[in-house]
Amino acid sequence: MAMKLYGLPMSTCTTRVMACLHEKGVDFELVPVNLGTGEHKQPPFLSKNPFGQIPVLEDGDLTLFESRAITAYVAEKCKETGTDLMRHTNPKEAAMVKVWMEVESQTFNPAISPIVLEYVIGPSMGKKTEQAVVDGCMGKLGQVLDVYESRLSTCKYLAGDFYSMADLHHLPFMHYFMTTPCASMVKDRPHVMAWWQDISSRPAFKKMVGAMTFG
Amino acid sequence: MDQMRPVVYCLLCLLFVLDHITILPIMAAIKVHGSPLSTNTLRVLATVYEKELDHEFVLIDMSAGEHKKEHFLSTHNPFGQVPAFEDGDLKLFESRAITNYIACEYADKGTQLIYQDSKKMAITSVWMEVESQQYEQIAAKLAWELVYKPLLLGMSADTAIVEENEHRLAKVLDIYESRLAQSKYLGGDCFTLADLHHLPTLHYLFGTQVKKLFDSRPHVSAWIADITARPAWLKALALQSQQ
Repeated sequence: MAMKLYGLPMSTCTTRVMACLHEKGVDFELVPVNLGTGEHKQPPFLSKNPFGQIPVLEDGDLTLFESRAITAYVAEKCKETGTDLMRHTNPKEAAMVKVWMEVESQTFNPAISPIVLEYVIGPSMGKKTEQAVVDGCMGKLGQVLDVYESRLSTCKYLAGDFYSMADLHHLPFMHYFMTTPCASMVKDRPHVMAWWQDISSRPAFKKMVGAMTFG
Repeated sequence: MDQMRPVVYCLLCLLFVLDHITILPIMAAIKVHGSPLSTNTLRVLATVYEKELDHEFVLIDMSAGEHKKEHFLSTHNPFGQVPAFEDGDLKLFESRAITNYIACEYADKGTQLIYQDSKKMAITSVWMEVESQQYEQIAAKLAWELVYKPLLLGMSADTAIVEENEHRLAKVLDIYESRLAQSKYLGGDCFTLADLHHLPTLHYLFGTQVKKLFDSRPHVSAWIADITARPAWLKALALQSQQ
């Protein structure tokens, strides 16, 4: 039975999981969730994710939520096939992947997501862009990207000279960020830009990027 | 033969002594760099103690900005944050990457902090992410307003921020209450990193008005009483009074 992924093809967290499923060559069915009618905030969806958010993965009798827990599960279950995303046979490399996965989760995401929310997601729901929020985030994101620039001048990808889950987790927010007026923050940093061009040209990403638009 | 006797006697004494002395390591392979006041450092220390690992704790003078200086940035963590971790020549940062590494690398030592069974581990991963994405961000804001701001900056809390985040935390804790009514610990029957990761901010919030949000939810309250009584956690906390 194929895995079921409840979510939407333009959602940042859903596409984070989809990128992983594609890298691993896993068959799955994308089951749309109607956010407009609040489907995600009611039963039966709440019994799948009590926090009322997409995505949710169903694999047989296992139901998982939180995109980064789902990708970790898929990578572990399919560790012998597809792209080696977690470097599980090399403990030192595996540890570095986990470090940069946490950087994405704890440092990069809080700095970039408000900008994407204000410029892309909010307007798609009829909200006006709050420039003050954007301005407040740009300083912090600039500092983060400076560290990334330095890091990526020493190795090709974040965890080392190999593509990993650490890079993959950045795909959705980076994609939307590059459509905003703040994209110059990446373009002005040559190593970050080269890294972005590399990871966004991967077939697994190209398979889903066409649907990644908020209209 | 008579001349040989003292030599043989000396050799036998030497062998006896060598057989009975313990050669102590000059330096621990595992080092934790940080401050016992830092929630992120405490998260790693609790893990090291749960695993009963020999280690060295290297105090970072945060008030002097040691973690923002060039040496720390280039050697340990380019983001200038504690904790940093060493295991031999492996250098790591980000507390949850460190705890994860320790739990996997030293799976056979001390407390089991992750499941080997893939389904059980998948559920545990979910609740580790819940801590990271749903709980911590709110808890850290409250800890900042109610604990760190008054303590470090002598400023009073922003009541609007506190009220908003108490409201958000209450909703999250309702979900925890439901979960812990079905499961002794967040990941399942056993204490794991999913529970441990909550300890540091829980500790700080318990000393504030936010405590009532935990006390009013019986399963959450029982879970907190259980995990905060763990000897490894108490050992980590004890470092606060030693520094």
